[in-house]
Amino acid sequence: MTSLLEYYRRIPASWRGLLILALVLLVVFPLLMGSFRLNLVGKYLCFAYVALGLVLAWGYGGILSLGQGVFFGLGGYCMAMYLKLEASDPVSTAIQSTPGIPDFMDWNQLTELPWFWEPFHNLPFTLLAILVLPTLFAYVLSLAMFRRRVGGVYFAIITQAVALILSTLIIGQQGYTGGVNGITDLKTLEGWDIRTDAAKTVLYFVCCGLLIVCIVASQFILKSKLGLLLVAMRDKEERVRFSGYSVADLKVFVFCVAALFSAIGGALFTLQVGFMSPSFVGIVPSVEMVIFAAVGGRLSLVGAIYGCLMVNFGKTYFSEAFPELWLFLMGGLFIGIVMFFPNGMAGLFQSGGRESLKQLWRGLIHMRHHDRPSPRVDEASLDSSLEPRS
Amino acid sequence: MSKKNFLLAVEGLTVSFDGFKAVDDVSLYVDPGEVRVIIGPNGAGKTTLLDLISGKTRASSGTIDFKGIELTHLKEHQIVREGLARKFQTPSIYEDLTVYQNLEVSFPRGRGVFGSLFFRRTPDVEAAVQAVAEEIQLTDALSMQAGLLSHGQKQWLEIGMLLMQQAELLMLDEPVAGMSVKERQQTAELLKRISRNRSVIVIEHDMEFVRAIAHKVTVLHQGKVLVEGSMDKVQSDPRVIEAYLGH
Repeated sequence: MTSLLEYYRRIPASWRGLLILALVLLVVFPLLMGSFRLNLVGKYLCFAYVALGLVLAWGYGGILSLGQGVFFGLGGYCMAMYLKLEASDPVSTAIQSTPGIPDFMDWNQLTELPWFWEPFHNLPFTLLAILVLPTLFAYVLSLAMFRRRVGGVYFAIITQAVALILSTLIIGQQGYTGGVNGITDLKTLEGWDIRTDAAKTVLYFVCCGLLIVCIVASQFILKSKLGLLLVAMRDKEERVRFSGYSVADLKVFVFCVAALFSAIGGALFTLQVGFMSPSFVGIVPSVEMVIFAAVGGRLSLVGAIYGCLMVNFGKTYFSEAFPELWLFLMGGLFIGIVMFFPNGMAGLFQSGGRESLKQLWRGLIHMRHHDRPSPRVDEASLDSSLEPRS
Repeated sequence: MSKKNFLLAVEGLTVSFDGFKAVDDVSLYVDPGEVRVIIGPNGAGKTTLLDLISGKTRASSGTIDFKGIELTHLKEHQIVREGLARKFQTPSIYEDLTVYQNLEVSFPRGRGVFGSLFFRRTPDVEAAVQAVAEEIQLTDALSMQAGLLSHGQKQWLEIGMLLMQQAELLMLDEPVAGMSVKERQQTAELLKRISRNRSVIVIEHDMEFVRAIAHKVTVLHQGKVLVEGSMDKVQSDPRVIEAYLGH
């Protein structure tokens, strides 16, 4: 035991959090939980990818996106299209008027596979599409905005609008997308049945493994000079620009990384849950994803993962116990966290709770005097990005 | 007169905001190694002139020639990469980073996205940070969070960040504003030292400070150059006394 502690001390402080998380996910959960619960955790961890991306983009980059569901959805739909095509072979769809196409297309009187579905017969293409398509979309979207110095609340509103547009589009184009039901009845991946308990356990470990890879990548980014620049930009964007950096390019990069993580999460969600639907693309899920990051701590990579797990467990429990109250609880939680614990649970943990309680007390005093609580880092960066360019 | 002899040649520079000409047909030539001070009453267009040269504001007409490169169409970060650095009126440093990190981030290497991702703290970076820290008297504060520095130290840190950029032309907007008398003297000494191998343009109101550092003074008034010349010539000019120094 003492030698174990000795080893632990030798690990650099910044890696300890990751080590503990890895132990919890890879050892503790599989030992304590049955297949059903483990699959549930796996499902929650898919959202943790999004939360991780938000720590980079929002926590460090100061870019609040209320449309991460878009990238989660794009990744998830790419995966779902491949799985659906595999499930729609001519033999098992023989009773359809056009065998060999997905069932929902047949119900919508489509008689052949749309051209953009064709490449998704191919697994390597699908995997590449999961990584590239959402990232490319994020690149075009954010480049257009950041080059024009659109930021802060305007950026948040536009991303929210994109989430609404995409979910409406998916629902509206029922014949091509499966509409409001989404793409369901996914069965096998290259002949491997993903619905069995054994497959789900394997997918859980794949999900954890990739998540840890993403955390390590994030850690690398934050420790690099680019990480320093993100913090610098949040504080004095103009100074960074006048030190010879293209602020727009740096923001585009971190936003694309966040989109990439979300897309990976979306694809793994489809694999583990067995369907994808527009209810994971729109505004509500996108805002929920921001709440996961806020609760866990938007400046803590591992904190966001714990936040994501906690809120989701809470959601599952409370939505069963108090179905009507759940959404109010969720909203209250978000407001409370942002007002009193701006650094989330990770902040609470790091300061031993004392600082946060002080802040809570100060906040309450301020509220009594009908005043605003003390300003935070974010407001400064929001204000500066509101100024029009002369 | 050939532009080749000047480090910076501004000619016929004009910017108009809804018809109001904040800078009106200004021409300005800065030699290598020169310390130029721009003075003038509030609203004369001093800061706007710096905004135009550094690309923060786009000129309506005119040219800005820096080492033979036309700057009017370049973006801010591209202008900086050509060797031109600017300090803002209020100290503009990264409060959440340490003094060391503030300086390191200003080092002119790895300025692209992937360049900054794979940037390594090599011995030359280390040496540059140490040298600049000594120059701005912040060697003991390197590991301190920059937000905790005094006002004067913040001003120096920002000047230090410009020095890290290894720029050939520094533009300083009111560098001694809010400083004590002693700090002003130290800043004047600092500017004299750093102008040995680069040019400096300074906007300043403090006449004692201007006298201490200026090689040449340009007086701006209502967006135009009123007088240009040595400090003595400018101070005795009746038009300058009328427009600026008189009150």
